[in-house]
Amino acid sequence: MSDISMAPPSRLHAIVQTVQRRAFSSAADAALSVIVFGALAWLAWALIDWAVLRAVWTEENVSQCGKDTGAGACWAVIDARHRLILFGLYPFDQHWRSTLACVAIIATVILSCLPLMWSARRLSTLWMAGFATYYLLMEGSLLGLPQVTTDGWGGLSLTLFLFSSVVLLGMPMGLGLALMRRSEMPVVRGFAVLLIDFIRSLPLLTTLFTAAVVIPIILPSWLEGDKIWRVIIAFALFFACYQAEVFRGGFQAIPKGQFEAGKALGLSYWHILGRIVLPQVFRHALPSTINMVVVTFKETAIVIIIGFFDVMASAKAAFGTGEWAPYYLEVYVFVAAIYWIFIFSLGQYGEYLKGRMAISER
Amino acid sequence: MATAAELRMRVKRRKFAIQTLLVGLSMLVVVGAVTTARTNLEAQGLTSGFAFLDRGTGWDYSFSLIPKDISDPYAQTLFVGFLNTLFVGFIAIFLTTLFGFLIGTARDASNLALKTAATIYVQVFRNIPLILQLVFLYAVLINLPGPRQAMAVADSVFLSNRGLMIPGVNVTPGVALVLLCLSLAFGVAVIWRKLPPLQGFAIWVGGSLAVCLLAGLFLRPEGEAIVSVPALQGLRFRGGITIPIELLGMIVAITLYGSAYIAEVVRGGLAQVPKGLTEAGQALGLTKTAIWSRIKLPMALRSIIPPLGNQWIFMMKATTIGVAIGFSDLFYIVSISITQSGQTLELIAILMGAFLLVNGGLAVFTNWLNARMKLKAH
Repeated sequence: MSDISMAPPSRLHAIVQTVQRRAFSSAADAALSVIVFGALAWLAWALIDWAVLRAVWTEENVSQCGKDTGAGACWAVIDARHRLILFGLYPFDQHWRSTLACVAIIATVILSCLPLMWSARRLSTLWMAGFATYYLLMEGSLLGLPQVTTDGWGGLSLTLFLFSSVVLLGMPMGLGLALMRRSEMPVVRGFAVLLIDFIRSLPLLTTLFTAAVVIPIILPSWLEGDKIWRVIIAFALFFACYQAEVFRGGFQAIPKGQFEAGKALGLSYWHILGRIVLPQVFRHALPSTINMVVVTFKETAIVIIIGFFDVMASAKAAFGTGEWAPYYLEVYVFVAAIYWIFIFSLGQYGEYLKGRMAISER
Repeated sequence: MATAAELRMRVKRRKFAIQTLLVGLSMLVVVGAVTTARTNLEAQGLTSGFAFLDRGTGWDYSFSLIPKDISDPYAQTLFVGFLNTLFVGFIAIFLTTLFGFLIGTARDASNLALKTAATIYVQVFRNIPLILQLVFLYAVLINLPGPRQAMAVADSVFLSNRGLMIPGVNVTPGVALVLLCLSLAFGVAVIWRKLPPLQGFAIWVGGSLAVCLLAGLFLRPEGEAIVSVPALQGLRFRGGITIPIELLGMIVAITLYGSAYIAEVVRGGLAQVPKGLTEAGQALGLTKTAIWSRIKLPMALRSIIPPLGNQWIFMMKATTIGVAIGFSDLFYIVSISITQSGQTLELIAILMGAFLLVNGGLAVFTNWLNARMKLKAH
């Protein structure tokens, strides 16, 4: 009896067992695992070898770059051109403003992930404050700094500007459309359904392109506005139409009895909405809303086609000069990594939240 | 004190007023837009209307399925763009659905290695903007070696900066288009017959391939082989099918991106199949493949198809990014036509109409598919 250990199996033992069960349960299973893991390991090694071990890091060593020297990634191009990629053609000595402005937007996004901020009032205050900080810093004239108009903005900071203004404008528009869609008045409801379905079956590019080229024709010139604002409003409309569907899902989760109870108590429509229904709708819609925000960030990349100098356009410009032309791969990898880090971390957070809410509702 | 009837009347009147206001405002905007457009266009000396469709374009573009010429009228050029959009869209839909199901199944697999590989794939390709992937891929393709130093696989598939050359059935492009349509019709018939998913797919692919080979056997040019294999002759390739890099970039980029999304849809569907069903299959001694194809897949399809239809529509809409690399899809043709002819409003209307038509059609098809897949008793 004494040789039976009563101690729990060690952590290592458990891991070994799991791997055995999940990857080596039979001969065929084992063969598959070895091949796939082998291929993954080879890929990872090739990537590390290229991107880290054999890479050239600084601009001074650029002569070591190229195929002949056996060097890997030439990060010298990033060292030399990262300011162009991040800030576009913004005046060089004012780049600290762009940096701070980008930090403000990123901080806004991170802060809105904290449960502490999850009330409509706090979230909207936070986003308006973040956006205002961005705009004041970038534009500058109100803070007594040299003025830089939106034409001078570019790179990652322009991408973040488009993203934050689309979300900030689109969110209330989306809520409005969702409310119109569930209105008791047939004309109002029909209008919302028509608009939402119309925008949703068109490619985003078509909507943005229409805003860029058609609006100047059909609106009088005093209403025309800047091209960037026209595109932002069209983009916000696109966001709103999708977000309205997200809110609709949230509304459907609220039992009808809650409206009726509110009405029976003699509360007004707006009172029922603001105090009883919307707080729950926001909660239900939160994971899908995060997903929508992530998708929007990804979709902003498309504005390069309409002719904006966003992070992709500035990346193209970064290897556009003769000496850096061979290193397009490094520049694209750099930009892809920026997008990936943003989108992946927000997406993972959305997944985590979804899982947590699923538990609390069980 | 107002009586209940009076209150009800007041609410009714208010609702009427709001709706009238909305209609009035919409009409005001439309009328205002039309009059402004008219004055603006007159100021630019443009005549509105669709007469320009009969004029020759006078400019060239990259890719066409049917013979093209720079003197083609606008109507035909736009039709070519529409065909290209449909062509890329349907190829992308087919490939993304195929790979999406494979990768989604791997995401759900019991084997840890498969699962890890599929997860890495999904996380890498889903989290980078499609247009960035496309431009990236195009930059790589255009920097490939020329035809003489083309990368070759088994001396029959070649990849160079001119495109991908693959062996193909030796028929004229017109016959190929007819075969493609036949294959689509056959696919619909397979769904109509409600065959089990995996079996139906195998019958569809097998049948389509057989018909293609038969067509090659009887319709090939006199004295040539059934399958034409590309071969380097001097500076360029002859024979086979050439996929130009713009088309190749579009197909590969949309497929890589879309597969990751569809894989997530498929994984979600498979995860919703109750565990008891798979365990029942195991208890009956079914193999893993049989459990997957006879139990999990048919059950999962019911929850997969509605979001899958949304992904298909997304794929169609995604073809518009072809303009970033100069692929002549409908959006590209429309935007060039606008700069060349100045008929902005008409061309935008055509663009919107085409997408409403295609995406509406896809939505109808998805609904039909969904209805076919429903359990009888429900």
